[in-house]
Amino acid sequence: MPLVKVSYMSSLRSALGGAESLEIEATTLRQLMSKLLAKYPRLQKHLDEGIALAVNGEIYRDNWDVEIREGTEVYLMPRIQGG
Amino acid sequence: MGNDPSYTNQKFKVIGSRVQRPDGVDKVTGRARYGADYNAPGQLVGLFLRSPHAHARILKISTSRAEKLSGVKAIITSADLPDLTNGDNAARDILENCMARGRALYDGHAVAAVAAVDEQTAKKALKLIKVTYEVLPHVTDVDEAMKPEAPVIHEDMYTAGIEPRPTKPSNLYNVAEFGHGDVEAGFAEADLIVEKSYKTEQTHQGYIEPHACVASVNPDGTGELWVTTQGHFTYRSVCASLLGMDIAKLKVTSSEIGGGFGGKTHVWIEPITLALSRKANRPVKAVMSREEVFRASGPTSSTSIDIKIGAKKDGTVTAAFAALRYQGGAFRGAIPGMPWAMIGAMTSFACYNLANVKSVGYDVVVNRPKVAAYRAPSAPMIAFAVESTMDMVAKELGMDPVDFRIRNAAREGTRACYGPVYGPIGIGATLEAVKNHPHMRARLKKNQGRGMACGFWFNFGGQTCTDLNIATDGSVTLTVGTIDVGGSRASLSLIAAEELGIPYEQVKAHIADTGSLGHNDTTEGSRGTFSSGMAAIFAARQAIGVLRERAAIMWNIPVEDVAWEAGSAKAIGSKHRKLKPLSLAEIAAASPTTGGPIAGHNESVPDNAGVSFASHICDVEVDPETGGTRVIRYTVVQDAGKAIHPTYVEGQMQGGAAQGIGWALNEEYIYGEDGRLQNPGFLDYRIPVCSDLPFIDTQILEIPNPNHPYGVRGVGETSIVPPLAAIGNAISNAVGVRMNHVPMSPPRILKALEQLDAT
Repeated sequence: MPLVKVSYMSSLRSALGGAESLEIEATTLRQLMSKLLAKYPRLQKHLDEGIALAVNGEIYRDNWDVEIREGTEVYLMPRIQGG
Repeated sequence: MGNDPSYTNQKFKVIGSRVQRPDGVDKVTGRARYGADYNAPGQLVGLFLRSPHAHARILKISTSRAEKLSGVKAIITSADLPDLTNGDNAARDILENCMARGRALYDGHAVAAVAAVDEQTAKKALKLIKVTYEVLPHVTDVDEAMKPEAPVIHEDMYTAGIEPRPTKPSNLYNVAEFGHGDVEAGFAEADLIVEKSYKTEQTHQGYIEPHACVASVNPDGTGELWVTTQGHFTYRSVCASLLGMDIAKLKVTSSEIGGGFGGKTHVWIEPITLALSRKANRPVKAVMSREEVFRASGPTSSTSIDIKIGAKKDGTVTAAFAALRYQGGAFRGAIPGMPWAMIGAMTSFACYNLANVKSVGYDVVVNRPKVAAYRAPSAPMIAFAVESTMDMVAKELGMDPVDFRIRNAAREGTRACYGPVYGPIGIGATLEAVKNHPHMRARLKKNQGRGMACGFWFNFGGQTCTDLNIATDGSVTLTVGTIDVGGSRASLSLIAAEELGIPYEQVKAHIADTGSLGHNDTTEGSRGTFSSGMAAIFAARQAIGVLRERAAIMWNIPVEDVAWEAGSAKAIGSKHRKLKPLSLAEIAAASPTTGGPIAGHNESVPDNAGVSFASHICDVEVDPETGGTRVIRYTVVQDAGKAIHPTYVEGQMQGGAAQGIGWALNEEYIYGEDGRLQNPGFLDYRIPVCSDLPFIDTQILEIPNPNHPYGVRGVGETSIVPPLAAIGNAISNAVGVRMNHVPMSPPRILKALEQLDAT
């Protein structure tokens, strides 16, 4: 299973254990988020408020069935909208 | 093929052509129906009573005299609107913004609404409603609201995003920080540091069509809403949840839209109009006046920003810092988890490749209307501050401002200031295009100056559902659920025609009501053509599959032996060489006997609309006697992905620039000491008209989005980001004053010139 580096905005740091980034094994974004929530339940509040996932710079707001590969960087960022 | 969204670099037949817009004739002949053009039999007139105070406790609302007035059919106050939001703070804010609950939080906040048989009666009834207020201290300025002595607007508001959690409530509701590296070390490394503070005033999207709707709720709990909106599915969900209705029992039909730019992504009068209809048991029509639009819809934030940029003598930026203070009106961000300053912080230095960068967004509540999205929301203000400071650094270094930006431009592999690492991006290409543009070599006269600036916006996809139906004569109906705010019906028809291999004129795109398609997200984030375009491609491909099956039936051959080429089914293989191709129209004509209607459908959640960059060039002439500034030449260069309909793409680029020019030079919410808006009309809040603007030149850079089959990326928002700074830089180069307060109106420029003379 690919080992993924997960980075995030600073406001998520305390909910994710305090480190600047972490590594987790996952094959899809959905699996990654499921594992993160299981380990860090405080993340749920931020997820409810809206989180988007950047996979190697490409932003996914809704489609979490995306497959991820070894060495991928996933960045958790606010789920913002436009005008 | 299939539903793979990857870019294929195919050759196009109709994509990229400048076909006639399908809504053009209706609009120029007055047939197009906007929100206020809908009427229902027996409809009542709905009007709103609004607070004259910036902040006041509502002690009592007496409606008894109004209720007795003949012709009054319903009156609504917050007492008629139970809180059904179940702890959802964002939904409760929407409910409270639609109708004050115990306190009026800004000048114009609705406190009651009336439905009556005609406008005259409704106006009389509003006068008969007696509201007893206890006026409270107010604050309308973002910096004042952050001071310890400021009146606290919400006693239950504790700053989020900082630890430990504050022990006292305040008007600062969120702090968000982005960045990487070590900015202090970066500044220590710099040969030059420039610091500057900026302010930008509140502006309105300025859409010409005011908010308008007709609501009809039946005794059986079903209802209909005809409304001008950027997102009728979202309006349906929000209104139904606030009023305790089943979502599927409320049908929302969107009108043509006379501009939205983000302001029609949120509900304002619609839930209350539905509530009036439910209470009166009659349809109710409500149309905001222009004054109401200014006072009680959703303008953008006013801001206060500090910038610090350090650079080496060779032009390399070593560190950049921004502190952004944005007011969101009387409520938290319009979207949960999306405070305005936070978005500004994310976009702040997105154009640049920086080793050390930090942006901190401070979101603040004040006694002003609830802020809504406005085209690339939050980005133009921070771009004004960053791009002005970048010009100052370039000047101090003695570098050309374009070369300075090229040296520091973000590129593939750059870690963006908001966190992720960029894939292929186009900021460098826009800067090179600016550098080589003839505009940069044109001569300037006395009191004229040239400026340039860069801008960034994200772009988004979202939930999308589309139908494609083929009639028996071969004409095609494309039914989409994304509101057409900027020409998407033409673009989507082009896409369907391209896929099917038929002429553009054979396709008609419609916007469906909410009962006719699955949920579609609001048209925001420059998603319309990207998302519905992708859905249209996949729906057309599904329809082609059906067409091939029907041709196979007609020929009595296996479907695997049927290919679709240039709008016709062709039998492949030597054994079928005598079979002549069947056109789409021939297959459609036979459809009643080959299996019935031919259709394609797609529901999807396209993502990766592709980030977008723009670089603008602007020439201005400043009158030193009056301080008046005139834009005399303007050029927009934008990385727009594949331009499906280039005229519309150019129009988006021009429209954003025009709005940015108005924001830069004139537009401003002016509040009095009493906290009341002083200029709620187009006479005193001056948006640019045609005679104020030069022709805005455009250069589309078609850098394909790798995550769309045609390379499409969002287009509509980025072009409003650079103008404030481009104009500020041009003014500085024209008359030598560095403006740090937007709008750069004649009084502010005169004052700056006087200060320059005095030094």
